[in-house]
Amino acid sequence: MRRKRNVAIVMVGMILILLLAVAGCSQKEGSKSGDDGQGTAKLEGTLTIAGSTSVQPFSEVLAEKFQEKNPGVKVNVQGGGSSQGVEATISGAADIGAVSRDLSDEEKNRAKLTVTPIAIDGVAIVVNPANQVSGLKTEDVKNIYLGNIKNWKEIGGIDAPITVVSREDGSGTRDAFTNIVMNKEDIVKSAIIQNSTGAVKTTVAGDKNAIGYVSMSKVGKDIKALDIDGNQAIEANVKSGTYKLQRPFIYITKDNPQGLAKAFIDFVLSPEGQNIIVEEGAFKIK
Amino acid sequence: MGAVSIKDRFIYGLFYLSGLIIVGILVSIIGYVIARGVLVLNLEFILESPRHAGSAGGIFPTIISTLYLTLLALVIAVPIGVGAAVYLEEYALSSSKFAWLVNLTAETLAGIPSIIFGLFGFVFLVIFLGMGWSILSGGITLAIMILPTITRTAQEAILTLPPEYRENSLALGASKWQTIRKVILPFALPGIVTGVILSIGRAVGETAALILTAGSSLGMPQSLFDPARTMSVHLYMLAMEGISLERAFGTAFVVVVLILIINYLANLSLRRLSR
Amino acid sequence: MELITKPGLSNCEKKNRSLIVAENRHRRVDVEKLIEKTLLLSAAVFVLIIALITIFIFAKGLPLFSKIGLGDFLFSNQWNPTKGFFGIGTMFIGTLLVTMGAMLWSVPIGLSSAIFMAEIAPPRIGKTLGQLVNLLAGIPSVVYGFVGLIVIVPFIRESFGGNGMSLLAGAIILGIMILPTIINISRDSLLAVPNDYKSSSLALGATHFQTIRYVIVPAARSGIITSVVLGMGRAIGETMAVVMVTGNSAMIPTSILAPIRTMTSNIVLEMGYASGDHQTALFATGMVLFLLIVGLNLIINRLAKAGTDDGRG
Repeated sequence: MRRKRNVAIVMVGMILILLLAVAGCSQKEGSKSGDDGQGTAKLEGTLTIAGSTSVQPFSEVLAEKFQEKNPGVKVNVQGGGSSQGVEATISGAADIGAVSRDLSDEEKNRAKLTVTPIAIDGVAIVVNPANQVSGLKTEDVKNIYLGNIKNWKEIGGIDAPITVVSREDGSGTRDAFTNIVMNKEDIVKSAIIQNSTGAVKTTVAGDKNAIGYVSMSKVGKDIKALDIDGNQAIEANVKSGTYKLQRPFIYITKDNPQGLAKAFIDFVLSPEGQNIIVEEGAFKIK
Repeated sequence: MGAVSIKDRFIYGLFYLSGLIIVGILVSIIGYVIARGVLVLNLEFILESPRHAGSAGGIFPTIISTLYLTLLALVIAVPIGVGAAVYLEEYALSSSKFAWLVNLTAETLAGIPSIIFGLFGFVFLVIFLGMGWSILSGGITLAIMILPTITRTAQEAILTLPPEYRENSLALGASKWQTIRKVILPFALPGIVTGVILSIGRAVGETAALILTAGSSLGMPQSLFDPARTMSVHLYMLAMEGISLERAFGTAFVVVVLILIINYLANLSLRRLSR
Repeated sequence: MELITKPGLSNCEKKNRSLIVAENRHRRVDVEKLIEKTLLLSAAVFVLIIALITIFIFAKGLPLFSKIGLGDFLFSNQWNPTKGFFGIGTMFIGTLLVTMGAMLWSVPIGLSSAIFMAEIAPPRIGKTLGQLVNLLAGIPSVVYGFVGLIVIVPFIRESFGGNGMSLLAGAIILGIMILPTIINISRDSLLAVPNDYKSSSLALGATHFQTIRYVIVPAARSGIITSVVLGMGRAIGETMAVVMVTGNSAMIPTSILAPIRTMTSNIVLEMGYASGDHQTALFATGMVLFLLIVGLNLIINRLAKAGTDDGRG
């Protein structure tokens, strides 16, 4: 019995030591950044950004750079989705909400929200690199997603059934796609639904008969972006407006941005911030 | 004992086969994760902070966050969970409405999908109680999620106590609480440890509920009120947002190795205790 | 569930014993009372949590029914939130099918491996297997989902055609995920069967297999049923992995190779970006899921009780 108790005490002790060690580690880190803060920066405090997972990687890189410039500042970047971002901004849990679609009327009515577009993102129609089709008309894409065109041979491909891949209802990317390509008509029910860019990418990269749509910034070697109506999915065409599939990334704040939130948004809109956005694959707002 | 018939042999064969299937599944999944993850792995990956949204650098803060959240959840859930089990098994009358209700709610809690805990944690802890996305919100949510496991395994363990033990202790003049502390709990310890291991597994692996309650901020948490991103959430973000599938598997590798270590330690302590 | 009844110690005896103890130890009574109260509070936490979850989920979900009828919500196969159609019929069926599919293979394999580990395998191998199963339980859903997406989905696509994201893929992955729950709990309850039962049966001339079948398994029935129910609960509630491999089309599947959407998938898929009625509808989906699990537990609770009564009567 005594022996058992000893073991129990040792175990509890180990856990406590581990806890302390962990606490010590992070505290050290904390005080270090505090010391550095006395140097160049005037800004101090914590800023929380929450919302769209499409905007999150951009916000994270922007936050990293912003924290390097202002060592007294800690920026927390949360995902959760556009709606969670709006919810959190209204409730005050977040200082800035990140949204990858236009605000709904209901959201606009709930509180006085200030909208600041920070970037433009193109939406690419993508297929497997093995697919011999390299371009489609908007009308064809629409008919594929309506379920009217079911086989690649109808539009110049091989004889194989098309696997239609779409995003979930409410996604900013889907919102842009249904508004611009589908004219708000319903996407065929048998479409595979994935709730993230990465999952759509993986699905299309793995299935040589699949078609999907993702943020242009995420097109890589494993998926191929199609020309739409003869326009390549590139920045110049997005900016000139000949490539119509695009949507804004926006930051929202309760009332007008102030203090830290304002400093951060100013940084994002500065040439340096906009360059970071371009490096990450989206396009400048102006 | 009679001779083993052909039919029995066949059935034995089936039992062996099912054991083999389990091993096969485990080996192929772990093997796959390790084979893909080991390529990214080095000391910097474990000890450095992530850079560039996680596509460069390491995963150190996510390891610390995972530890914090898991420990907090256990600190909250183990006393309550074991306490509830002891109450149900040793104090409550089995016919009482209250015991029936607690058992039913415990079962219900065990069946509730993690996404619902996430929604609840978000609405109640993060927004309603104003805890924000934090280790605290995440830890409490996790504690709620692992409570049923801890209680149930403790209950099952207490149930297996031969009645003589309890009777002898009471007959020797020990009070009820002394009997529980000196006889029942030590006897039930292996069962409790099993519950804790299962819970750690769930805590380390949880994603849906933690994104909504602990948040997904990549920084190093400095207090209970800071948001945090666990390894599993990091893995999910890396993979689902297409940031880096490679690093996602690297992270998965670390998670799996951590689970291996936890299991090893738990088994070690179990062996010591049962000696 | 027969978790509370203890063989050999009736409620009456319990009461008497506490009374005797109380009489003998006047001074200790206060401490003992305090401890009992504390433990009672621990148990009450469960009820409190369920009450809170119910209140908050219902408060968010119920307002939907002021806009659309309950029947339309439950039985309509039209899910088109942007146009105001909120019918979760297809997802209800999706959840049912994928759960059944998973249990179809994982319950037999899980139970037979539990029996293997507890009764047939040499103790060392049984223990090692147990540790491996705990490991299986520790692998995050996301990892299962990704392994499913990268290994099982392409395998189905290549071998059987279609996209591979399907009911079948979901059933395979889910089955793997609920195995540890089924195995661990049923094995523990098999191991807990007193050795006397086994040796008496063997002494009476029963074979090892007959002993397992007619003595040990029936004695461990409570734990085995619990393990299956918990496994079922996990299957119904699993989200991340299912979302990744089932394709999530909101329609009734025409074959096991067709994509499906479950209720949990519906929530996790759309919650991030839903607002207004759409969000309310997702909370309402959560409500239905919640009620389903409560109902299931009630039914099983009754069944298990009835089962033991028959067995003993």
